Order: sequence, then structure tokens, then C-alpha cells
Amino acid sequence: MGHGYRFPMIGRRGFIAGAAALGALPASGGALGALAHETDDTVFTSAFPQKGRMILQRTRPPLLETPFEVFDQGVFTPNDRFFVRWHWAGIPEQVDVASFTLTVHGHVDRPLTLGLAELLAMPRIEYAAVNQCSGNSRSLFTPRVAGAQWRHGAMGNARWVGVPLKAVLDRAGVKAGAVAIRARGLDEPVVPDAPAFAKSLAIDHARDGEVMIAFQMNGEQLPLLNGFPLRLVVPGWYSTYWVKMLCDIEVLASTDDQYWTKVAYRIPDTPHASVTPGETGYAQVPINRMVPRSFITNLVDGARVAAGKPLALRGLAFGGDQGVAAVEVSADGGATWRRANLDRDQGRYSFRQWHLTAAGPATGPVRLMVRCTNTAGEAQPLEANWNPNGFMRNVVETTTLTAA
Amino acid sequence: MTRAWILLAIAAAGLATPALAVSDVTTVTGAGGVTLRSVTVDLPESDREFPGADAAAINNNCLTCHSAGMVLRQPPFPREKWAEIVNKMIQTYKAPIDAADVPAIVDYLAKR
Ligand code: HEC
Repeated sequence: MGHGYRFPMIGRRGFIAGAAALGALPASGGALGALAHETDDTVFTSAFPQKGRMILQRTRPPLLETPFEVFDQGVFTPNDRFFVRWHWAGIPEQVDVASFTLTVHGHVDRPLTLGLAELLAMPRIEYAAVNQCSGNSRSLFTPRVAGAQWRHGAMGNARWVGVPLKAVLDRAGVKAGAVAIRARGLDEPVVPDAPAFAKSLAIDHARDGEVMIAFQMNGEQLPLLNGFPLRLVVPGWYSTYWVKMLCDIEVLASTDDQYWTKVAYRIPDTPHASVTPGETGYAQVPINRMVPRSFITNLVDGARVAAGKPLALRGLAFGGDQGVAAVEVSADGGATWRRANLDRDQGRYSFRQWHLTAAGPATGPVRLMVRCTNTAGEAQPLEANWNPNGFMRNVVETTTLTAA
Repeated sequence: MTRAWILLAIAAAGLATPALAVSDVTTVTGAGGVTLRSVTVDLPESDREFPGADAAAINNNCLTCHSAGMVLRQPPFPREKWAEIVNKMIQTYKAPIDAADVPAIVDYLAKR
């Protein structure tokens, strides 16, 4: 590494002072700085490069959440509203496309160093895919767990264009006995001896022809904070594998024993990755494929609607690592379900929009539940899962309205 | 493609100012007119500190790798859980924290 990028210079950057400067304002006028009130106040920011208005979870390294209303605006999430999540603050602030390189090495016949021009000359693939953080919706876990306190906005859907990882691996010539690839980006820890972020994928998965080295997102180059110039796209799998600023691929002849694969991002090897709080001694596996989820996007908790009048509902669903087979809505706590109309199919790994006109609600509270079933027949569960890291929430979500 | 920028990959702590000779060419174009353009951004910093008279230990030790926001947004946890988190920062992420400061940090976090 060490080509085509530059790390930040100290003393040159803008500051987000407390929460009040540079467009970062509390949503509710809550008492910022007063610890007891801090947790559930939403703070917005427009201070990040190539990003519009986002929910500020952390300034350095950035954790930026997509405000929920963005999901009602279309099936694709705009690049400037797409969520951002970095582990280490050593993020280059400059990437030069002329000198940036991607290195492929390890258990291969011909180690490669590819420039962006060489990658752009290779055969391309294109598809829509949801990118979702393992810990999306973590703040809704009960009991609560440590980690970024996302609501539902650590997800997004984009159309990705790039080169199949398989084509790059074939060019390097993977040797017999290879078991995995480990991907690294340009980001670096800011203290010595700390574990640099890297993730590995089994060799057969890496060579499935779908895993992509993406250079375009929604028809444009990626925003720097979403991984410019190259990002690994692992459709149907959680975002932790979608390594940003991808610059190094190592083919491994033995399983990855580094921290971010071996220790971090692991889930209980149980149904829905669920355990009882306090439980110990269960087996764990690396987090992997996504599971189905769905949301009502045109109405949020607390909204007031007209009693007795047909209620127009719309939202998003995705099948995890499969397409969406059905979306259903229940207004009676799950006793009966009505099938929603599915809008245009943008592909197996994409968000799918849906709509439904529900019967006019009676006066009083209305609890609407939405459930996605994927094309493999897997439906969202009615009970929330729990695990100590707050991973893989996919319970049927409920939106509570008032009809008057 | 022409001459690349001369780059000095400085430590992220930024002990030196890199000398940067910038070439004119900042794009790479491929088939189908796909063009990638060099990017330079300024990432905002945070000067936010942990509030309170008892925050010295946490301010001295917990702002090296990440700003305060995400820590301040954690829900309340019992003391043992905070001790476990602080220990993870030290053992796993190699946080350079003086053992003598740990009780004051854990106290601060557990008092929330
Ligand atoms: C050596 C760098 C470093 C220092 C110093 C550091 N942290 Fe962290 N911290 C990390 C990393 C890396 C993560 C995980 C990645 C992320 O959250 O983006 C993390 C995550 C966290 C989290 C989220 C929960 C979790 O386990 O991931 C909390 C809370 C936290 N740190 C608190 C603290 C506190 C309190 C201190 C001071 C005792 C501290 N950190 C000092 C590197 C550090």
C-alpha cells in the first residue's frame, strides 16, 4: 500500500463543535451535553463532504445514518444520503485516480497490481443490491446493547457497477488449496499494533461471479465516505464484508485468524442468531447472509390519520439474500394479514417498493405490522431476536398511529 | 493517465505535513465513458469533550481513536459492562490507557 492517497493533515480541518455548529442541530431541542438526555436525541448534520443531511452518530471516524424519510422517496438511496460507517479514523482525505492501485497477492500464481484504468478495461457486471450494517436497528434491542445506536437508517439500496471479483482472481491465478480471500481498504488504525480492518470471504464465495469490485454507485463514482474509488460488493451479505477503499486482496491458504473475522462480527449459531440475555456457552459463527425485512415508509410512529377513510400505505421490503415473494400487512396484531402490491422488481438483492390501501381504521390507536417473505419461503419472525452485539434484527416492525 | 501525485503516506496522527506535488490530470476514463475523478475532501473534526467535573480521565484517554458522540449515545449500562468495554479498548484495540485512570473512567461512565 502507500500509493494514490493521502492521510489527513492536522490543524486544517473543520470542526463540529459540540453538536451545535456546522449544521449539526438537535432535532428536538433536547438538552445536549446533559448526559441523561443524550441517548435518544437525534442530531442532524450536513457537514460531511459529498453528503446531504444525515443523522450524526459519531464525527470521527464518521458514523452517519440515513434519515428515515429518505426511504419513502424511492427504491434507490441517493449517494449523498447513503449511510456511512468507519471503524478507524485513519481515512485518507485524498485519493488520486491516476496512481491508486489494487494489489492481489498471497496464494496466487501471478501477484497483480492493477490501476484503475486496467480495472475499467475489464468486463463489467451491474446489479442493484442492499447494503445493510450488521447492527442496523441496534437501538431497538431490548435489553439495550453497546455499539452504534442506529435506528433503521444503517441500510441503503444502490445500483452497483464493477468488475466481478472472480475475473480479478482468475487473472492472478488462484492456486490449489486456497481457502479464502481477505480484503483490506486504505483506512488504518490510529495507534500502533491495533488490528487494521480487514474481512475475509470463503474462496468459493469470492469466485461466485456475483461478488463485485464496484467503481460506480447509482451511476456515479462512489462518495469518498462510501469507499471511493473501489468497494467490495457482496450481495445478500451484511455490509461488514463490503470493504471500502478496497486496495488489497490476499488469497489465503488457511482460514483467516485475524481479529475482524475471527473475533468480531460473530453471531450465535442459533435460529435468528438469538440467545437469552446473560446466556453463555453457545457456538458462534461469522455473521453472513442477510434476512428479510420490511418497513412502512409513508407513515411513522405517532402519525395521525383520518378514521374511517381508506389508508394509503407504502414502503420497502427486501428478502435478504433472496428476492421478495410477498409483503403482507396486519392491522390486528398479526391475526389476519393482507397482501400488498409489489412494485417493479429491480432484482433479487434490491429493495422492493410495495403499496396497499388499507381499510379505514376505527377511531383510536392503530397498530400496523408489515411482514416480508422471501423467495426461499423465509418470513420475518413476530418476535425480536436478541444477541449481545445487536446484530441481525429482522422482527416484523410495528408502526403505531392514531386515527381520529 | 499521466504523472501521479507525489505522495507521502504520513502517519494518520499527522506528525508531518505532506509535501504534495499535484499533477493536472485527475481523471481516469474507461470503456463506456465511465470516468473516475480524483477526490480531495475535508473531514470534519469534533472538539466535543465529555462534560462534567469528573471527566478528566475519560477526556485524557478516550478521544484518541474516536470522538465522544458515539460513547455519549450509549444507553446506561451497569459498572461491570463499562469495565468490560474499557478493557476491550485496551486489550483489543490497543488503547494507550494508564491502568491508574481506568477506575475513574469506569466510574464516570457507570454514573450516567
Ligand atoms: C485505540 C483506539 C481506541 C481508544 C483509545 C478507545 N477506543 Fe473505543 N473503540 C475503538 C474501536 C476500534 C471501536 C470499534 C469500532 C467502532 O466503533 O467504530 C471502539 C468502540 C467503542 C464503543 C462501542 C462499543 C464496542 O464495543 O464497539 C464504545 C462504547 C467505546 N469504544 C468506548 C470507549 C471508551 C470509553 C474509551 C476510553 C476508555 C475508548 N473507547 C477508547 C477504539 C478505541
